[in-house]
Amino acid sequence: MPPSLSLKVNGVTRAITVEADTPLLYVLRNDLELNGAKFGCGLAQCGACTVLADGVALRSCVTAVSAVVNKNITTIEGLGTIARPHPLQKAFIEEQAAQCGYCINGMIMTAKALLDRNPKPTRVQIQQALTGNLCRCGTHNRIVRAIERAAKEATS
Amino acid sequence: MKTTTDFKLSRRQFFKGTGAVIVGFSLSRILPVARAQEPPRLPGSLNTNRALDGWIRINTNGTVTIFTGKVELGQGIVTALAQIAADELDVSLNRVEMISGDTARTPNEGVTSGSQSIENSGTALRFAAAEARAILLQSAAAQLGVAADQLSVDDGTVSVKGNPAKVTYWELTREGMLHREATAQVKPKPASEHKYIGKSIQRRDIPAKVTGGASYVQDMRLPGMVFGRVVRPPSYKAELVSFDEAAVRKLPGVIAIVRDGNFLGIAAEREEQAIKAREAARKSVVWKETSNLPPAGKPLYDQLKNMAAETTVVNEKTAAVKENATKTLTATYTRPFQAHASIGPSCAVAQMQDGKLTVWTHSQGVFPLRKDLAKALKLSEDRITAIHVEGSGCYGHNGADDVALDVALIARATSGRPVKLQWMRDDEFAWEPYGSAMAINVRAGLNAKGDIVDWSHELWSHTHSTRPGGKAGVNLLASWYLAEPMIAAPPDNIAQPSGGSDRNAVPLYDFPTQRVVNHLVTEMPLRVSALRSLGAYANVFAIESFMDELAVAAHADPVEFRLRHLKDPRARAVIEAAADKAGWQADHKGGGGRGRGIAFAKYKNLAVYVAVVADVVVDPKTGNVRVAKVVAAADAGMIINPDGLTLQIEGGVIQSASWTLKEEVKFDRQRVTSRSWAEYPILTFAEVPEVEVVLIDRPNERSLGAGEGSQAPTAAAIANALYNATGKRLRDLPLTPQRVKAALVST
Repeated sequence: MPPSLSLKVNGVTRAITVEADTPLLYVLRNDLELNGAKFGCGLAQCGACTVLADGVALRSCVTAVSAVVNKNITTIEGLGTIARPHPLQKAFIEEQAAQCGYCINGMIMTAKALLDRNPKPTRVQIQQALTGNLCRCGTHNRIVRAIERAAKEATS
Repeated sequence: MKTTTDFKLSRRQFFKGTGAVIVGFSLSRILPVARAQEPPRLPGSLNTNRALDGWIRINTNGTVTIFTGKVELGQGIVTALAQIAADELDVSLNRVEMISGDTARTPNEGVTSGSQSIENSGTALRFAAAEARAILLQSAAAQLGVAADQLSVDDGTVSVKGNPAKVTYWELTREGMLHREATAQVKPKPASEHKYIGKSIQRRDIPAKVTGGASYVQDMRLPGMVFGRVVRPPSYKAELVSFDEAAVRKLPGVIAIVRDGNFLGIAAEREEQAIKAREAARKSVVWKETSNLPPAGKPLYDQLKNMAAETTVVNEKTAAVKENATKTLTATYTRPFQAHASIGPSCAVAQMQDGKLTVWTHSQGVFPLRKDLAKALKLSEDRITAIHVEGSGCYGHNGADDVALDVALIARATSGRPVKLQWMRDDEFAWEPYGSAMAINVRAGLNAKGDIVDWSHELWSHTHSTRPGGKAGVNLLASWYLAEPMIAAPPDNIAQPSGGSDRNAVPLYDFPTQRVVNHLVTEMPLRVSALRSLGAYANVFAIESFMDELAVAAHADPVEFRLRHLKDPRARAVIEAAADKAGWQADHKGGGGRGRGIAFAKYKNLAVYVAVVADVVVDPKTGNVRVAKVVAAADAGMIINPDGLTLQIEGGVIQSASWTLKEEVKFDRQRVTSRSWAEYPILTFAEVPEVEVVLIDRPNERSLGAGEGSQAPTAAAIANALYNATGKRLRDLPLTPQRVKAALVST
C-alpha cells in the first residue's frame, strides 16, 4: 500500500494515499480536484503547473509530493473565487488578459510570488519574473499590464 | 414572403426533403425541371442548417439558448456570437446561454477554422435571431390585438406604444414555435440600433479561467474515470516488433493494455501510473525504423522542388500589349516546417457504453471528427456523440482530433469506465501535423518609371489541410497504425479564392500582367496540415519582402511604392493608417542596428485587411533581432467586439514574430528531434514586442474574418525592418541570430 501523506493546501490539511514520488501536480488535480495547475510539459519548461510552496513559486509537474509535505501549498483556487477574486485575478479579468487561458494559472501564480517579495516591480522586473512562463496565444503584453494593474491597486 | 405554412415540416421530413433536393440537383443536368426545387441560398451557415430552432430556443424561464457549430478556441467567438444574438433578439446579454460544438445538439458548421466564424455562424445567427424576433412579435401582436409594427421590445418584454399592455418572450414561447425553415427575409438591425455589437464586452470564459474553474477538457472528471497514455513509435514509419507486455501489466494501477498493430495504449487507475507504465513500455519496446525524412536546411527546399507535384496555374493576367521591363528582379524565399506548439498537449475523454461512444474533445470540428472516428472504429456515426469542450489554444489542426481516437481505442478496453488521455509534451511535438515547409520563386519587371509591369510567383508546398471528415480515407493518426491500417485521405488543396498552399499567393496589387503557379507536392514525408493562415504566411512573406526589394530597385519609399500599385481603397486605408500611427517617414533611413519595415495583406484576399509596421533592433555581435514595436492597422468591416478583435490581431503579431524569429521543426533523416521546448524555443516575455493596434470600423460593411489576418504581414514587416537596419536581405525563415550574423559578415 502506498503511504498516507498529509498535505496542507490553501490552508486546509488533507490526507492522501499516494506514492511518495508522485508529482504534486497529479495530486492537486486528481486527488484534490483542483483545476488551476495545468500539465503543460512535465519538464519544468513552460510554467503552466506553477503553485506556491511557502510563498515560493515552484513547478508542480516535477516536484514530488513528498518534498512539500511540511509546506503551505497555495494554488490559484486559494487566491480567490469568481465572486471574490484576488486583486491579481480581478486585474486579469479587467485587462481581459487571456486568450485560450491555459497558461494563465502559471502567470498569476508566478506574479503572486513576485508581488509578495516586490510589491512595486518595474515592467522589466515583471518580464524577467515571467521569463520561464510560456504563452502561445500572444497575450504577453496584457498579462504584464494586468500584473502592473494589480500591483498598483494593492499599493495605492 | 413565403407563408409559414410552407415550412411546417418536421426535422426528419426536412432533412429527407433536403436529400430529395440533392438528388434532384444531381439529376438536373439531365432533367433541368428538377432544378426548380433547389432551395434559395441562405446567408452564412443558415444555408446548410436551415431550421430556426436549430439555432435558437426561447425558454419559459426567461433565458435564450443559442446553438452554434463554431467553438471557443480562445479567440472569443462564443462571447461575440452571444452579442450578435442578444442584439437581434432584443434581450440582455446575460439571458443568453451558449451551446457550441455538440453533434447531438448544435448545427453542423464543419470546422472552426479559416477566420470564418463571425462570417458564417455570426451571419446565420443575425438572420435567424431577426426572424425569431419577428415570429415572437407576430404572436405578441395577435395576443395584444395590435399590429406588429406598433410593438417594441426591451429585454424580451414586448410593449405597445402608448398602451400599458405588455407580454414577454417567456410567456409567448411555445413548443415548436421556431420549428420551421429559416427564410432570411427579416432584415437584421442597422448598426445604429446595436447595443452590444461594436462594444468591448468582456469574455464570458475568462473569470473561470483565472480562478481555477473547470474550463477545459483537461479538467473533466467523470465517475470511475481512469487515465490513458499512448506509446507512440519513435518515427513515422516505425513498426512495433515486440515489448514486454507482462512487465507493464504488472505495474501498479495498470488496468488495460491496447495493442493493435503498431498502436500501443495503456490505461491505469491513476494518471502518474499511466505515465510510469508508458515509460516502462517505452523501455522494453523494440521498433523497426525506416529512414525516410528529407534533409534539413537548404537541401530540404531543393528536394521539395523536385518531388512529385500537381502543378496548377492559380492566376494569370495578360495584357494585349505587354510593356517591356527595363529591370528584372528574381528571388527565392523559404519557410520551414513549423509547429502549432500548444501550451497544453492535446487531450480527450471517452466513454464506451452499450456499444455507444461519447467523446469530449477540443477538436475544431466535432462533426468531421465523428465521421472519421466512425470509420476508424468501424462504428456507425449514430452511435457516436462528440462534444466540444475547450482545450489549450490550437492555432489550427494540432493533435486534438488524434487524441480523441487514441482515447476511444483505449476506452473500448475499460469495461465502460471513462478514460481521460492527455498527450505528453513529446507526443504533441513529434506527432502533430506541422505547417508545411514552402519555397517560393518570385520574379518581377520594372519599367523606367519604376512601376511593376510584370509579376510571377511560383510556389512549392505540401498540402495545408489534412483534417478529418473528408470523403475518402481517415485523417486520424492512430488509424494508420492499426493492424488493419486505414488510409489517409489523398492530399488536397483548398480551392481559390481562399486557397490552401496558394492562400494569398495572388497579389492584391494591380499589376498589368501576372502569373501565379502552385506546385502541390503530393508526398508528405513529415505530417502536415493547417497552421494558422496556411500558405498565406509564406506567400505574403515572399510578396511583401519582394515589394520592398523592388521599391529599393525603383528608388521608392516602401509605403508610396505599395500605394502606387494598389487601387483597393480599404487596402490603401490600412496601409496609411499603420504608417500614420507609426509616424512613418518617407525614405526612412535605418542604420546603427535599428530599422523599420512595413507589410500588408488582405487575408485570403477576401477577409480582414491588415498592415503592419515593425521596428527592430539588431545586435551586430550576436545577430540577434529584437522586434521592439509593432503597429498594426486592421479593417474587419463591422466590428463585433473591438477588444476581442484587437487581441486577435495583437496575438497574431506576437505569434508570428515568434515563428519568424525562432521557429523551425528539427529532424534528422529518421526522426523528428523537436520534442520539447528546449528544441523548439518560442518567443519569451522579454522578447515580445510592444504592439499597438489601430482598428478601422466600418459598421455598414459586413464583418470580415480576422483571426489569422496579422500572421502573414508581420513576417515580412520584420524582414523588411531588418533590411532597413542592416542593408541585408534575408529570405529564409526563421531569421535566427546565426543567419543574421552570417549575412552581416557577408559582403
